[in-house]
Amino acid sequence: MTTLTLPTRKAEEWRYSDLDALATVWPTPAPTRIDVAAGESVRHHLLQDAADGAAAVHDYAITIADGARCDFHVLNIGGKLGRVTFAVTLGKGSHFELNGAIIGGGDQVLEIITSVTHAQPDATSGQTIRSILGQHATGSYLGSINVARDAQRTDAFQSVKAMLLDRTATANAKPELEIYADDVKCAHGATVGELDKQALFYMASRGMDPATAKTLLLKAFVAGVFDDVADEAVKGSLEAAALAKLETLV
Amino acid sequence: MLTIDNLANEIDGKAILKGLSLSIKAGEIHAIMGPNGAGKSTLAYTLGGRPGYQVTGGDASFNGVNLFSLEPHERAAAGLFLGFQYPVEIPGVSNLQFLRESLNSQRKARGEEPLSGGEFIKLAKEKAALLGLDMEMLKRPVNVGFSGGEKKRAEMVQMGILDPKLAILDETDSGLDIDALKIVGAGINAIMRKPDKAVLLITHYQRLLDYVKPDFVHVLAGGRIVKSGGPELALELEREGYAEVAAA
Ligand SMILES: Nc1ncnc2c1ncn2[C@@H]1O[C@H](COP(=O)(O)OP(=O)(O)OP(=O)(O)O)[C@@H](O)[C@H]1O
Ligand SMILES: [Mg+2]
Repeated sequence: MTTLTLPTRKAEEWRYSDLDALATVWPTPAPTRIDVAAGESVRHHLLQDAADGAAAVHDYAITIADGARCDFHVLNIGGKLGRVTFAVTLGKGSHFELNGAIIGGGDQVLEIITSVTHAQPDATSGQTIRSILGQHATGSYLGSINVARDAQRTDAFQSVKAMLLDRTATANAKPELEIYADDVKCAHGATVGELDKQALFYMASRGMDPATAKTLLLKAFVAGVFDDVADEAVKGSLEAAALAKLETLV
Repeated sequence: MLTIDNLANEIDGKAILKGLSLSIKAGEIHAIMGPNGAGKSTLAYTLGGRPGYQVTGGDASFNGVNLFSLEPHERAAAGLFLGFQYPVEIPGVSNLQFLRESLNSQRKARGEEPLSGGEFIKLAKEKAALLGLDMEMLKRPVNVGFSGGEKKRAEMVQMGILDPKLAILDETDSGLDIDALKIVGAGINAIMRKPDKAVLLITHYQRLLDYVKPDFVHVLAGGRIVKSGGPELALELEREGYAEVAAA
């Protein structure tokens, strides 16, 4: 629900956000609705590449009916504040798959916030997020999975990995589970790392200049996020935008 | 080709090399032997410019250039190759991608045109065949899931492709089976035994030296070269051990 009062950092989902930047676009419009009818399969993507200094907030409310499937790919790289949120409700035997990358530098604040509700039995969901943060950027993934009492045989995973290029960058990763059913499989993992110094020296010892070496390692780190984008043109544009952004950071 | 004069270094404030001198001319093959912990790998890494290997004294000149004034990747472009005792794994980066970027980075630094995809693949195939490594292995990520021997063989394919002037090979023989040792030995000779090239082999055993015959053998102990001689020194070391030979 959108209210007209600017949120505060006291609210968990705004805790790491940039409220000054948010104020410039507040109140944000109602969420984009995606309703996937029973048995259908849809694919969506978002390339959040707002201009420097801008605030971009994209909210999605997604309902996936029984036996349906939604695949979403997101690349979050633009603006002073780039925030993408998903409120997802899964029907019986349905599937939601989110593959996302955050790549930020400068003093960007980039966020992916998800709330995935398994309301019915036998639904599955997967979320894979890779973040690369340099300079004074902040990248956050806050993801809650809520499993209702009736949602037996839920299978959900969250895989969150962040790479910090500078000590001054910040990664927040908070996968959260709220489970009221008993026959449930939920896996979550979150790691924060740095570029492998041994690999960088190995590459240098073969003659690779540092920028090329870092770019190769970072490409390897985000590889896979856009692998299963079905539309080749979309895939190409996401990969090209990710690479161009990476090259500004190394 | 390489003149090391009174080199001293530290790792984390601990002195390892303590006044090491060594001179290698074009066309020569040198072997360094020495006890565990003597500083052999440290010498290789220091010459390669590994971060954390602080030079605290002495010089190294490589074809007239002060080696320590160059960044690690510039040393490679100048013709230095380091064979690692423990080759590094790089998940997600294929050998072919790794080598093509490396070679083209070197060529760019030397003001040469980059190799096209087709030219590069042809070169890679030729060198993989020389070392008896399946081309399929080169499509896999760098060293990931390679056996110890495969890693060493892959490193020699790298050397063949990069075609250095001076190769410092740190225990390239370790982990190789008997047949692989023969192939790798022949590969080193084919790639590096040329009048304008030189090799520094770091090894514990005579067996590699049976294939790659050194002109000079040195004993490194306590961070210095304590004895130098001809190929017979390696045999003597194997017979009598370091304590005897170094004391003599
Ligand atoms: N990062 C480090 N910090 C402190 N000491 C180190 C470090 N790396 C190496 N050393 C020490 O430096 C000394 C020389 O090590 P080095 O690896 O050069 O030996 P080596 O002659 O190659 O031995 P080996 O035959 O076992 O390969 C050893 O005592 C080792 O413990
Ligand atoms: Mg060693």
